[in-house]
Amino acid sequence: MRYVLNRLLFLVVSIWAAITLNFILPRLMPGNPAAIMMAKFQGRMPPQALHALEIEMGMASDKPMIVQYFDYLRSMVTGHLGLSYTFYPTPVSAIIRQSLPWTIGLLGVAWLVAVVLGTLAGIWIAWRRGSKADAILPIGTMFFQSIPGFWLGLILLYFAGFLHNWFPTAHAYGDDVTPGFNGRFILSVLYHGFLPFLVVFLGSVSGWIVGMRNNMIMTLGEDYVVFAEAKGIPTRRLIFAYAARNALLPQVTSIAIALSTIIGGQILIEQVFSYPGIGYQLTNAVTSEDYPLIQGMFLIIAVATLVINFIVDMIYGRLDPRARRRGATS
Amino acid sequence: MPHNHNALRRPVLEIEDLSVGYETPNSLVHAVSDVNLTVHEQEILGLVGESGSGKSTLAFAVMRLLKGDAVVTKGRVRVAGQDVYALTPAELRSFRWKKMSMVFQSAMNALNPVMTVETQIVDTLLAHQPDWSRERALARARELLELVRIDAKHLKSYPHELSGGMRQRVVIAIAIALQPDLVIMDEPTTALDVVVQRSILDEIREIQQREKFAILFISHDFSLVAELASRVAIMYAGRIVEVTDSETLADGYRHHPYTEGLIRAIPHLTAEQVVIEGIPGNPPNLMELPSGCAFHPRCPYATEECRQARPPQYPSEHGLIECHLFKPQREAQHV
Repeated sequence: MRYVLNRLLFLVVSIWAAITLNFILPRLMPGNPAAIMMAKFQGRMPPQALHALEIEMGMASDKPMIVQYFDYLRSMVTGHLGLSYTFYPTPVSAIIRQSLPWTIGLLGVAWLVAVVLGTLAGIWIAWRRGSKADAILPIGTMFFQSIPGFWLGLILLYFAGFLHNWFPTAHAYGDDVTPGFNGRFILSVLYHGFLPFLVVFLGSVSGWIVGMRNNMIMTLGEDYVVFAEAKGIPTRRLIFAYAARNALLPQVTSIAIALSTIIGGQILIEQVFSYPGIGYQLTNAVTSEDYPLIQGMFLIIAVATLVINFIVDMIYGRLDPRARRRGATS
Repeated sequence: MPHNHNALRRPVLEIEDLSVGYETPNSLVHAVSDVNLTVHEQEILGLVGESGSGKSTLAFAVMRLLKGDAVVTKGRVRVAGQDVYALTPAELRSFRWKKMSMVFQSAMNALNPVMTVETQIVDTLLAHQPDWSRERALARARELLELVRIDAKHLKSYPHELSGGMRQRVVIAIAIALQPDLVIMDEPTTALDVVVQRSILDEIREIQQREKFAILFISHDFSLVAELASRVAIMYAGRIVEVTDSETLADGYRHHPYTEGLIRAIPHLTAEQVVIEGIPGNPPNLMELPSGCAFHPRCPYATEECRQARPPQYPSEHGLIECHLFKPQREAQHV
């Protein structure tokens, strides 16, 4: 219990730090969104409107920075992330609500499937070390891992999408279906999602196979596994309860580290497939200097990473009794 | 005489002409060569040797737990009359621990760090008695812990919450869980301080007398083995060079030159001046064993014959000796 509270406190502090950084960074960037908005309307707006826009966007310089900061904190806590400039006047939270399910639903799931299948495959080939699967699987998947995801995505788009028309080349679902819980929509989503799913899956599965295989081989040589084998533990329980559970510990650490880099990689993949997820919207927001949207995106990425890390910590604590203890005393 | 007394007892472990080799890219390196050894029921047999003399390899070969490149190249191992290498994997899984078990050298690492003591004991019991209820297994686990003098509340403990001595006791409790005929103890007290070592040895002796199993006690600590075991086997470069009753070690009996060296190397607490004599030289490299008797480069009595021919086993007053000096006619000259 102390371990959980400890990690929870860490979570809250990190989220606060993320919000604060999120406030500072865009204000250090050059450019003024109100001026950009003016430029967008190409002189069809009166000059007085510039000041009005600045006030509305919270860019007016008459408020001291510290007041702006506390205003910002208050609106964050109450869930008001401001209005998007590019999709003015759509609230940022609405855009996030639209794009987040696509990122989590497709790319997050693809990544999770890669982690789970890769780990299981690693356990299996380590147990059958020296078999054909052990020789083929790590090298075969490593081939795809070494190709950058966006490039593999482009190649797949060109062959399977453009040349042969097997798969659609963009968007999350076809124009001819109505979003909702109906068969045609779901099929269309699966059809559109196949290629990006494949790219994310192939790009990460090899690392999990090889990592887990090596951890598992190390663990299988440990005395407690040999001792368990000697004392007659049935093979299945020996592999999963006695060996894999220990081999999983470094794997869980790698998962936690990889989580923070995965969103960056997905920005490119969403861009290649014009997939309407968080990464795609973030690229749009950056190119149009849409401050509230950028801030909102960064915030959601940071919070998601921290929350997932918190979950990983909880899993780690369940797996390793020693971590529970260390967490409580630190 | 204890040696004759053993003849009346049923043998629990019979090792015949056993050789174990490690496969290297160029050759097969023998860690255990032509070993013959018998342990009788309820007997404690000590097996002594320097590091790398093949003690642990022999233990793993008996348990049929050799891994990787180690292979039994010839010979037979019988435990309770059963040829261990004739069992199918499934038979082996149930045979091991019911008839023979082992306390590992690094007992500190023999317990799984992420599982409670309870799980690790109960798992052992249920793996061999699937028809047992959890409650019954739990009651037996409690009984086993009490047998090794650990409070039953530690069933809920994880290994890292126990001291080294307690962990070792838990491993012993697991080893005797199914009342095997033979328990191999591979350096069970090496990682512990002398005080804990002493109390664990006393417990081992006490439990052994109560539960009536035989022990093959492996150690590099000559004086410790001489005290605990009724017979001692001395191993050098993969061979058993002498088997003798342990009481012969203290008095002026004649021994293998290597055994004599080991006896001289024991420090005596009551001696006025502590002069510890070592054996000159180092244990041989198993990849390039000396010709003839492997001990000859370090032996003060070595002759031309020792350099050329490997000595056969000769009977001594209290066992067997593998040394040319003990050839019957020579013995007549010496005595």
